[in-house]
Amino acid sequence: MGLFDNFFGTSTNKSAALAKERLQIIVAHERGGRRGSGPDYLPALKKELLEVVRKYVPVDQSQIKVHLDREGGYEILELNITLPDEEPRSGRS
Amino acid sequence: MATVIVVTSGKGGVGKTTTSASFATGLAQRGYRTVVIDFDVGLRNLDLIMGCERRVVYDFINIINGEANLNQALIRDKRVESLYILPASQTRDKEALTKEGVERVLNDLKQSFEYIVCDSPAGIERGALMALYFADEALVVTNPEVSSVRDSDRILGILASRSRRAEQGEPPVKEHLVLARYAPERADRGDMLSVEDVLEILGIPLLGVIPESQNVLQSSNAGVPVILEDGSDAGAAYGDLVDRFLGKNLPHRFITSQKKGFLKRLFGGS
Repeated sequence: MGLFDNFFGTSTNKSAALAKERLQIIVAHERGGRRGSGPDYLPALKKELLEVVRKYVPVDQSQIKVHLDREGGYEILELNITLPDEEPRSGRS
Repeated sequence: MATVIVVTSGKGGVGKTTTSASFATGLAQRGYRTVVIDFDVGLRNLDLIMGCERRVVYDFINIINGEANLNQALIRDKRVESLYILPASQTRDKEALTKEGVERVLNDLKQSFEYIVCDSPAGIERGALMALYFADEALVVTNPEVSSVRDSDRILGILASRSRRAEQGEPPVKEHLVLARYAPERADRGDMLSVEDVLEILGIPLLGVIPESQNVLQSSNAGVPVILEDGSDAGAAYGDLVDRFLGKNLPHRFITSQKKGFLKRLFGGS
């Protein structure tokens, strides 16, 4: 097989294309992580949003998730707040 | 004004020290006062590759700690004038490499040298971070292989975010790709990433392609930087690389495979 491939200068083994494809995906992902982990204002934004929400609903620090994503030319700021099942009225309205 | 150049890669074994040795030697051969510093504290090897391992008395950490002065620690190369080597410490741990200490030594070296080449250890820990922190330019040594390319990309991210230039908002570290251990025949056959593939993924300018070559091992056996080996492919490629770094516009060699004749295909193996 090796001799055959070698002789005709052909090969069925095109693993470089696979390597390139895998690299492009993982590198893009890791670069996204580097920058996506945050513009500097993200932690502050999260904190202030939480304070606003807490004025009305008692939510825990861990119940709010802020996620920034890039898709094509868009940036998507995703805000996910889990409200408690049963609000014990906190008196503040 | 002295220029600080880090030779880095993230991954180990891709040719950082080989590149540092030949690059520094090439700069000195062309008349520039050059010093090459080993940042691999605890695992020094630049001295062996440069062939001066038996002349090491004091090291980088000794200078940082004020136990010796620069003139005592710098080793003058016996083959090329205006080339000096500053070895790493073999006995200390890398915590001894403080930012202030490294900065002080680099500032002293800047008084008497034009090029300061920093040979980084593998990884992204203190030694590697210190080697790149003060850099003006970076040679990112990459092999055409998935783990090396990924690690190079990671190092590019660190250069862009954690170097002094990045922290102080100065113009970014100038990046150069050095693609080492390249085998054009294998790239042609499609079982090795090609120069174009790697350039497309990393997106930084190509400074040189170093072909996979037996001369690299032979010259390291002898303690002679491969750039000094006449008639070697890798040595010639490093020579071109240095000239390009200094601004010459040279075409890349050793990136296309030699056409093999019928008999060589039949009997010559790959």
